[in-house]
This record gives sequence, structure tokens and C-alpha cells, in this order.
Amino acid sequence: MDELCTGLCQLLVESGADAGLAHFLSLLVGVLLVSGIPLVTVIVLIWVERKVAARIQDRIGPNRVGPVGLLQTIADMIKLLSKEDITPTAADRVLYNAAPLVSFASVVLIWAVIPFTPFHFGVDLEIGALFFVAVASFGTLAIMVAGWASNNKYALLGAFRVVSLLVSYEVPLVFALLAPVLLAGSMSLLDIVNAQTGMWFVVLSPLAFVIFYVSSQAETGRAPFDLIEAESELVAGFNIEYSGMKFGMFFAAEFLHVFTNGILMALLFFGGWMGPLYYESPLIAFAWLGAKGGLIYFTTLWLRNTVPRLRIDQIMAFNWKFLVPLSIANLVFISLALKVMQELGVSPRNLAEAGFVELLPTTVVLLVINGAMTVYLLGLLRKRGQEARRESMAARAALAQAVAD
Amino acid sequence: MELNAITIGFVVFTIFTLGGGFGVVTTRNLFQGTIWLMVSLFGVAGYFILLSAPFLAAVQILVYIGAIAILITFAVMLTRSVTRIKERYIRIVPSFIGSLLLFLILLFGVTVPIFGGHLPESAPQYVASTRDLGIALVDENGYVVPFLLASVLLTAAMIGAIVIARDEKAKGG
Repeated sequence: MDELCTGLCQLLVESGADAGLAHFLSLLVGVLLVSGIPLVTVIVLIWVERKVAARIQDRIGPNRVGPVGLLQTIADMIKLLSKEDITPTAADRVLYNAAPLVSFASVVLIWAVIPFTPFHFGVDLEIGALFFVAVASFGTLAIMVAGWASNNKYALLGAFRVVSLLVSYEVPLVFALLAPVLLAGSMSLLDIVNAQTGMWFVVLSPLAFVIFYVSSQAETGRAPFDLIEAESELVAGFNIEYSGMKFGMFFAAEFLHVFTNGILMALLFFGGWMGPLYYESPLIAFAWLGAKGGLIYFTTLWLRNTVPRLRIDQIMAFNWKFLVPLSIANLVFISLALKVMQELGVSPRNLAEAGFVELLPTTVVLLVINGAMTVYLLGLLRKRGQEARRESMAARAALAQAVAD
Repeated sequence: MELNAITIGFVVFTIFTLGGGFGVVTTRNLFQGTIWLMVSLFGVAGYFILLSAPFLAAVQILVYIGAIAILITFAVMLTRSVTRIKERYIRIVPSFIGSLLLFLILLFGVTVPIFGGHLPESAPQYVASTRDLGIALVDENGYVVPFLLASVLLTAAMIGAIVIARDEKAKGG
């Protein structure tokens, strides 16, 4: 029998189905599951997001529909579906309707490569990490199309701002993503997780994790980078003309993207499903991944609800003058240190298969390098902050002088 | 040609590539033109998948759709009339001859050096992985010199672009 034909496919063949048909059916079920899980997850996520935001802002949050407001999202969905579906007369009808679909699909497609457990995943692509970046670029495209097709100047202005933000922050995101790829020696997400058996990559390169975290917060358009939804500045942004479920799809995509990034960070830096007893059962492995992803997801919500929005020039300056050089330097230092240590024989040749003890010297050296960089960077940031403060004080003094004169 | 998944995929991606290209040259709307261009480029990415080169497919989508096409949309938005183009390009015969010549040059320029004038009976059985591609790019017996040269060229072009685009007044600061 075909080697690829296992599990459900095998079961179907044994019960007398045609081999080709069985293969096709099992693939179909897999595709439906992988795309269906995020769709169901997002219903819960919206509730979680609203509840967490409410608690941080000292409110109760949704609490009327169902137990502790759990069914609130379903009620909202029915409301959105029953709303009038408005398409502006001057809009580009096809592109206007396609944009929300592309936006949502760009997030759901990421789930195709996410390994839930060592044995359960949509597909283990050789280029998994790159696939994630490539697919995410569809999200940028969707926003651009939505802004243009609405034929509304505020929508277009909003889209411009968002796209410049997304394109800029993709650079440090990819450089940070390269650190786990470099350490694992593979772009497949399954290999990256398996390579963390010895040591989690967050310990080997904490700076890469921080850069990834910050840029993914920007990629999802969350505070302090929430230019997408700058209500007070842009009316609403690129989605101003959208109503009903089409508007809802943009939002569902955003909520899901945040959680997806949490899961991705758990896979790339926190050892994915690794944890006590994970090899006992796929369910335990899945629970570990969910717990780690959920924890990172919670911190992003926390951050979103605590920090104020930055100005667009501050966001851009922070990216191009700080994050991009830092992410490049980080990668150069990691690869250089690894190569030197491998030549000296301190570090194992094959990091992916090394155990905890073999990796200890490598870990210590990389941690020291990361720590030194952090201290230097904090000093740099402090100096810049002081300069900015001094300038603003001088400007204020000059203004006061002018008023007095 | 037997009907299997690869054949169906080839047909679908050909429709994407050629249909997208057709859309680019026929639409009267520049923005829709760029979207058609993306459809066409997406089809090319599909070909790379069929040719067992997933890395190139991902790069195709990342670079061409994610970066270059977005850049083109930005440029298109800055042009004066995006949607209501009245002028029609009427010199059909010269452009037909030109495109035919270009097609023939590409056809022979690409196939002759690779296959030595005659097409091979079947594709080579060995399928290179992304790892092989990466090793070939940095191996001293492989393509390390062209790779480095291309990198230097791109860096020089990028620095050049920054220097040209730089505001004269900002130089003092």
C-alpha cells in the first residue's frame, strides 16, 4: 500500500474503498479540519479578547448571552449577518467583495503548516517558515485592495498608512524568524520544534524573540502600533465603507492573526508541544502548545490594552533606525558566535540533535552576547530618550519666551 | 498526457498565468491591471510548486506579490488618472512583430543553451531540495561567486537609490 496512506485513508481502503478515492477523502477531511479549527477558534477568541480587555479596563465585559457571556459572539455574528450589506455605488465591486475574503484566507492559510502535535499537522512543508511570511503578504494586499476599491479618500489614506507599516515591519520579522531557522538548520516548522528538544530557542536567542514579538504586534496592527484602527485620526481606516459580515471578516482575521502569532511564537521559540509527558499522548502535546500559545496571546492582549498609540513617524523611525539594524546585527552575532564555537569544539556541529548538556556552553555564550547587546541597546535608548526630552523642553521654553515677549 | 493531479494543476496555473497576463493588457483600469499582474505571478509560483521547487514558489509570492506588486500599486496611485484611461494604443502591427520576436528569442535563448537544441525525453529523476539549493549557493564549487556578485550589486543599487532620493536640504543635518 501507499506509504502516504495511513490513518483514515488506511481505514477506508480496508473497508473496501478505492485507494485513490480513500486518499482524496482523507486529504479532504484534513483540509477541512485544518481550515475549520481556526474558524471555530475565532468565535472563542473574540470572547476572550473582549473579556480580557474588559477586566484590564475594570469592566465586566460580555455577560448577558449564555454563561459568562460565552454566546455573545454568536449573537453578534447573527446581528452582523442580518445587517444590510452596503456596497458603495462608486466602488470596484469585485475587488471590494474579494478583499475581506483574501484578508481572512491569508490568516487561515498559516494554519496549514502549523504542527499541532508531533503527528498532527496539515502539511510539513520544507519551507514552512517562509510559507508563513509569503502568505502573510496576502494580508497586506487585501488591505491595499480594500482601501482602493472602497473609493473613499479616508479608506485609501488609511490603507496607505497601514501598508507602509506592514511592509516595514515585515523586515525585522523575517530577520528575527531567521534566528530559529539558523539554529534548527531547517525551515520546516516540525524540524524547528524537534530541534528544541535540547534547549528552547528563546534561551539561545532571546533578542530574536523580542524582535519577533514586537514586529508581530505591529503586523497585526495592535497597540502601540494600531494605525489600522486609529479611530480618532482616520474615522476608521481602510475598512470605513464595509458593513455587516464583510466588516466582521476583517475583524475576525485580525483576532485570529493575533492568536496565530501566539501559537507561532510558541512553536518557534518555546519548544511548541514540548513539556513534561508530551510523548505520552498527542493530547498532552496539544495541550502544551495551546497553553504556551495562549500565554503569549494573553501578554499581547495585555500590552494592547495598556499602552497608548504611537505617532506614525515614531513607529517608522523605531522600525528603520532601531529594529532593522538590531535584527540584522543579532543574526550576524549569532551566526558568527556559533561558527567560532563550532571551530573551537565548544559547540556541537549539529545543534538540532544535541542534548541539553552538550548545548550548555553554547547557551551560556549566546546568552552573554545577547545580554551585552541588551545592555548596550538600553543605554542607547536612554540617551535618545534624554535627547528627545531635552529638545522638547527647549522648544517649550522657546515658545514660552515668545509668548512672554 | 494522462490526467492526474499534476496535469490538472498545470492547466489551472496556466489559466492563472495567461489569464492574468491577458487581464493586464486588456483592462482599462491601472489598479485592476496590477491585480491581474499578481494573479499571473501567482500562477508562475504554482509552476514552481509543480517543478518541486517550493522555495522558489514562496520567494516568488513573497517578493513579487508581497513587495514588487505592492510597490507598483503605490506607484499607480500616484499617477494622474487610474481608472478613466481614454487613449488607446493603436500601433498593433509593430507591437505584434516586437512581441513575436521577443517570444522567439526567449524560446531559443532559454531552451538551446539548456538542452543543446533538442528537448529531453523526460525530466531528470533527481529532485533537488531547498537544502541543496542553499548549499549550491554558498559552495565554492557551486555558485558562490555569482551569488556574492549579485549581493554586492543589489547593495550598491540600494545605496545608490537612497543617495539619489535623499533630500538635498537634509544633508547638513
